[in-house]
Order: sequence, then structure tokens, then C-alpha cells
Amino acid sequence: MWNNVGDFLAMGGYGLYVWGSIGACLLVCMVEPISLNLKRRALLAEVREQGTPDTGQSQS
Amino acid sequence: MPTSKPITRVNWFQFAAPQRFYPLAGKLMPWFAAIGVILSVYGLYLGLWVAPTDATQGQAYRIIFVHVPTAWMSMVIYVAMAGWAGAGLVFNSRLSSMMACALAPTGALMTFLALWTGALWGKPTWGAWWVWDARLTSELVLLFLYIGFMSLHASIDDVRRADRAAGLLALIGVVNVPIIYFSVKWWNTLHQGASVSFKGTSMATPMLIAMLVMTFAFWGYCIAVVLKRVRVIILERERHAAWARAEMGVA
Repeated sequence: MWNNVGDFLAMGGYGLYVWGSIGACLLVCMVEPISLNLKRRALLAEVREQGTPDTGQSQS
Repeated sequence: MPTSKPITRVNWFQFAAPQRFYPLAGKLMPWFAAIGVILSVYGLYLGLWVAPTDATQGQAYRIIFVHVPTAWMSMVIYVAMAGWAGAGLVFNSRLSSMMACALAPTGALMTFLALWTGALWGKPTWGAWWVWDARLTSELVLLFLYIGFMSLHASIDDVRRADRAAGLLALIGVVNVPIIYFSVKWWNTLHQGASVSFKGTSMATPMLIAMLVMTFAFWGYCIAVVLKRVRVIILERERHAAWARAEMGVA
């Protein structure tokens, strides 16, 4: 079916459409977990920063 | 706040408490993520190398291996979200509403991907990125329902009230799911009918296997990423509870 890499990438002339579809899926599936990591980190930073005066227990 | 251990006969109910579910979700997440990664590599190998060229559509048909799984997930996640939202309304359980909130963004992304890959498939086969056809339009409505759920939830400060309002919207919107599914039967549409149904399939075996493997890959991914998000939501909402503070390293 594919004789060389160029053939594979060209996808019989539909390369833009096929790779545009698969690429978008891979991108979303990488960006979504990364953004959750960042969100989690931001939450932890926020809680740590305001955490102690919030409860009024400054000493550990 | 002192926490008392709930005394229950059926052990499963203990996981309805965010405090109990949080570590369970953390333990399950990597397994589902691994399923997602391994199956997507295998599924793409099958779909791009093993599956033969389509007789009528040439290589453009290969978009099916991501288009159909994302479209299925967009509907499955919506039903799951509405189910959790409904459970939250009926039982007033916090974790149910948190699950609904955790599902919404992933469902919206799957809907977006179904529309995006559909546009990239429509252009070479129909000659148009978009048509106002029953299947495409009802899928677009699904995207708006997800966005509506998230914006409504975000617009209400009191989180319990936000859960109820957005939960109601999720439940009403569930009527759209059968409309999407049966749209190709009920109306004359440009979108092709189902290649796979409960009655059987019209696809060649290698194509079908590749599509099913990709579907399970997306299931694994979606479960993993939703568990990841629900853990963040649990910490966010339980930030004043002692256990959550300990978890976040704040005494």
C-alpha cells in the first residue's frame, strides 16, 4: 500500500485531511492533561499562599 | 472539621464520599491512561498500515478511525454527564455533581473533534466543510449544550446552586442525544448512515477492528482525563476540609 514515507504522508492526495484530523486529536489529547496539571499546580499554589491566614492557624 | 467514617454495609457507597473517591481515582487513572496510549498506538497502526484502501473514498476514509470514536464519545459522555447530574439532583450527593462537571470539558472537546474531523472529511468527499444537515446540526447543538452547561455552572457563585441549575440543563439536553443518533434515519441527510449498528456491520473486518481499537483507546483516554479532572475539582471544592489540606501539603 505504501511504497515509501512520501507515499504514506501524501495519503493518496488526502494527506492534509487525514493528518489534519489525526493531528488535531493527538494535540487535544496532549493539551488537555497538560492543562489539568497546570490547573492543579495553580490550585495548590493558591491554597498554600492564602491557606494559613484563612483558617487562622498560623503555627503548624 | 472532624470527619467520621461512614458506617455502611455495602462498601461501594463509601466511594460516594469525595474523600474516599479521590485516592481511588488517583489509583485508577494511570491504568486507563495506559490503555489509551497503548490502544491508540495499536489502533493507528491498524488503521494506517493494515486496513486496505477504501474502494470508493480512497485514503480519505481513514479519517473514520478518529471521527467515529470521537463522535461516539461525545454522545456517551453527554449521557454519563446527564446521569451524574441527575443523580446529583435526586440524591443531593456532592461527588455526582463533581463528576458531571469533570465530564463536561472532555465531552465538549470530543464534540469539537468530531465536528473538526467531520469537516476535514466532508471537504474532499462532499466538497463542503460544513452543511446544515440534520446530523451535523444536532452535533453542533451538542457542543452548545456542553458550553451552556459549563458557562451556566461558572456563572453561579454558590456551587450547590450552580450544580442544580446546570444539572437541570444537562438533563433537558439529553433529548438531543437520540436525535443525533437517529438523525441519519429520520431525515434525508448528506451524512452517511451508520456503518456499525446493533444489528451488524457493513465494514471490512480490518477496518472494523481498527475502528473498535481506536474507540477503546478513546474510552481509556476519556476515563483517565475525567478522573484527573475530578481530582482537581474535589481538591478545589474540599479545600477547607482537613484531609484535602493534608493532601495539598497545607496544615
